[in-house]
Amino acid sequence: MDTFGLLYEGLLSALQWQNLIYAFIGVTLGTAVGVLPGIGPALTVALLLPVTYKLDAAGSLIMFAGIYYGGMYGGSTTSILLNTPGESASIVTALEGNKMARKGRGGPALATAAIGSFIAGLIATLALAFIAPWVVKIALMFGPADYFALMVLAFVTVSAAFGDSPLRGITALFIGLGLGLIGIDLQSGQARLAFGIPDLLDGIEVTTLAVALFAIGETLMIASTSANVKDEVMAIKGSVWMTLEDWKRSWAPWLRGTAIGFPIGAMPAGGAEIGTFFSYAAERQLTKHPEEFGEGAIEGVAGPEAANNASAAGTLVPLLTLGLPTSATAAIMLAGFQQFGLQPGPLLFTNNASLVWALIASLLVANFMLVVLNLPLVGLWVRLLNIPKPWLYGGILVFATLGTLGANGAMSGHLGPISFSFELMMLLAFGVLGYLLRLFGYPIAPVVIGLILGPMAEQQLRRALAISQGDFTALVHSPIAIGLYVIAAAAVLVPLWLRMRGKGDVLSQMAADED
Amino acid sequence: MNKLFVAALLTGALAVPAYAADYTIMAPASPGGGWDQTARTMQEALQAEGISGNVQVTNVPGAGGTIGLAQFVNQSTGNPDALIVGGYVMVGAVLTNMSPVTLADVTPIARLIGEADVIVVPAASELKTMDDLVAKLKADPGSVSWAGGSAGGVDHIAAGLIAKAVGVDPTQINYIAYSGGGEALAAVLGGQVTVGISGVGEFASQIEAGDLRALAVTGDTAVGDIPNLKDAGVDVAVTNWRMVAAAPGITDEQKAAVTADIEKMAMSQTWKTALETKGWTDMYMAGADFDAQLAKDIEATSAILKDVGLVQ
Repeated sequence: MDTFGLLYEGLLSALQWQNLIYAFIGVTLGTAVGVLPGIGPALTVALLLPVTYKLDAAGSLIMFAGIYYGGMYGGSTTSILLNTPGESASIVTALEGNKMARKGRGGPALATAAIGSFIAGLIATLALAFIAPWVVKIALMFGPADYFALMVLAFVTVSAAFGDSPLRGITALFIGLGLGLIGIDLQSGQARLAFGIPDLLDGIEVTTLAVALFAIGETLMIASTSANVKDEVMAIKGSVWMTLEDWKRSWAPWLRGTAIGFPIGAMPAGGAEIGTFFSYAAERQLTKHPEEFGEGAIEGVAGPEAANNASAAGTLVPLLTLGLPTSATAAIMLAGFQQFGLQPGPLLFTNNASLVWALIASLLVANFMLVVLNLPLVGLWVRLLNIPKPWLYGGILVFATLGTLGANGAMSGHLGPISFSFELMMLLAFGVLGYLLRLFGYPIAPVVIGLILGPMAEQQLRRALAISQGDFTALVHSPIAIGLYVIAAAAVLVPLWLRMRGKGDVLSQMAADED
Repeated sequence: MNKLFVAALLTGALAVPAYAADYTIMAPASPGGGWDQTARTMQEALQAEGISGNVQVTNVPGAGGTIGLAQFVNQSTGNPDALIVGGYVMVGAVLTNMSPVTLADVTPIARLIGEADVIVVPAASELKTMDDLVAKLKADPGSVSWAGGSAGGVDHIAAGLIAKAVGVDPTQINYIAYSGGGEALAAVLGGQVTVGISGVGEFASQIEAGDLRALAVTGDTAVGDIPNLKDAGVDVAVTNWRMVAAAPGITDEQKAAVTADIEKMAMSQTWKTALETKGWTDMYMAGADFDAQLAKDIEATSAILKDVGLVQ
């Protein structure tokens, strides 16, 4: 049977009424748990997976798909409304999304995230169905040297995209890179900068740093300055819904985000957050409203959210075709498949075709159900922001703290003082750091990006050099790496060249804004 | 310590409603990993077989399980209902991280399951047999890049033992650490490295599909038509096993009761079916036999980690 026929059969099975109910339950549960701060999709799926064991294979997969996409969606809701990203892939969403929410545009921000996720999920799931075998071949061609080139490109584009002062941006980036060195070095197994503290052996948790810098730092800032400042948080200004203008500004970022996110998600060592960085950098370069970036630009929510969801579907490419779990969530899904004797891998599509297509069809159904379920809720969510400011920030502080603890093993309720209070102290210490950075006008995002990208870049560089036995030319042996370096060079040089040619009105405007 | 008081309050608020807990199993790793899956499979089997009414699994990830181990010892001393899952990787991690808490601080109950490593090459590789690999390794140890799990883990130890057994300086092996089997698999499939070494389960479907060629398994016995290392001419046997331990400071009667429960679980049909589904090998061993085996494994691991230069 051809692909269309198989997909049609899968859809027929997913659209049976009891399967629709399973999808609905899955989506609702996933969103509800995903909204809890500090609980990203991986933990959501791990917590809820046992629920699906009671069902038959098809029903279970469908509920599972709902939980997965629901968890992803719930995570971005808290990023936008409360500035507390539950996972590294929604950090970028918090940047512009929370600014929008605080200007009374929380509705459009949530809506563009939901619709963008839907469109990205739709396109990426179809891509998964039709081109997965080819995508995975290309993804496997990426060696350590190519990944390193990709990281270089990420550094170049991302540091150009954040902050107006390159010096301050780079300073912030290096703080993050420094923090990234803490912990056990993967290649040598030796601890670095851990000072004998066992809690530091695994390095700094990205979400702890992000929540501390974003939410706690900001709360401190507000607390220290707000005595006479008038309340700037507005629950709703204008429509809760996206205006025509919002749609016009969102559709292209959705598509670009999808195009960026899907292939990066499919790469075994890509990581969902890298796609969101690239998408954010791209939107910032291409926007007609550069002045809004950093102040709540809708493109900065639409693109990264689409990239995030497309990359989640991209993760399924190596999982289904190779049996390769490339993220924590994918590893848990693998366990879920094994429950039914499904062994993801090269033979899955031939041995278990009907179940695979049922899964792909359920992803489509879950995706659709999520947007139907969540759009009406947008109006309800934004009312959260009606809470008076002291209460709102007090609440953010409590939720950020609980989330950090929840993500670090506090779920048992049997916690002693050890790792638990240490994580809390780290959260507070980084919160103070976030406050100081704000106070002195340093951008926050590059710190988090340094922490994410630094260790990845280091590992890939060292792997590349170890495999080549120390030969540095191995870094530029592959055409992929050369291509990526050329793009990176262009990303640096083209704006300079435009500026010199006097064509960059926007850029010179930006340059004039630099301090 | 006001902070601790606040922390305690918050914990109370966050606590999952406490059931009349029979067993609480700590998986000292993130959700999804091997220890987590072991703990959750135990949870299902213990409940399905009616051995324990309610079993909870908690995840405390970090540093090869040593963070969880330290927390377990701190909080559960004397608690007969607390269990922790661990394994061979933890033995190495305790040594390389110079962990103040070791497996000697808990009450080992039983070894449950195990999985041998398999050494694979891409289908297109010029290496056809283990002999080819040994010859290449002897000629130039650096030219053989090994992709496997984290440094000091069972994959790294197996590579070191192989080098040592064939007379190559173990410090010279070119071991490339990947986080998780998935990334290592991608590196082997993409031809980025010479050989891959990881659990049989990680590579099984690729071997079956013919994309990878298995040279040998590291366990005591051959798997299908893949020879074990001893038959392939390399005198090494190493298996990655997982165990369950109880809290320190429990009485002999309590230890006997836990051991009886675990034995009942390990002998049950639910457990055996689950192992088959997941492709794990039953390596159940308890009591004095296990204590002796554990001591032996710790000693051997300590020796090889010194040989590869990870532990001074």
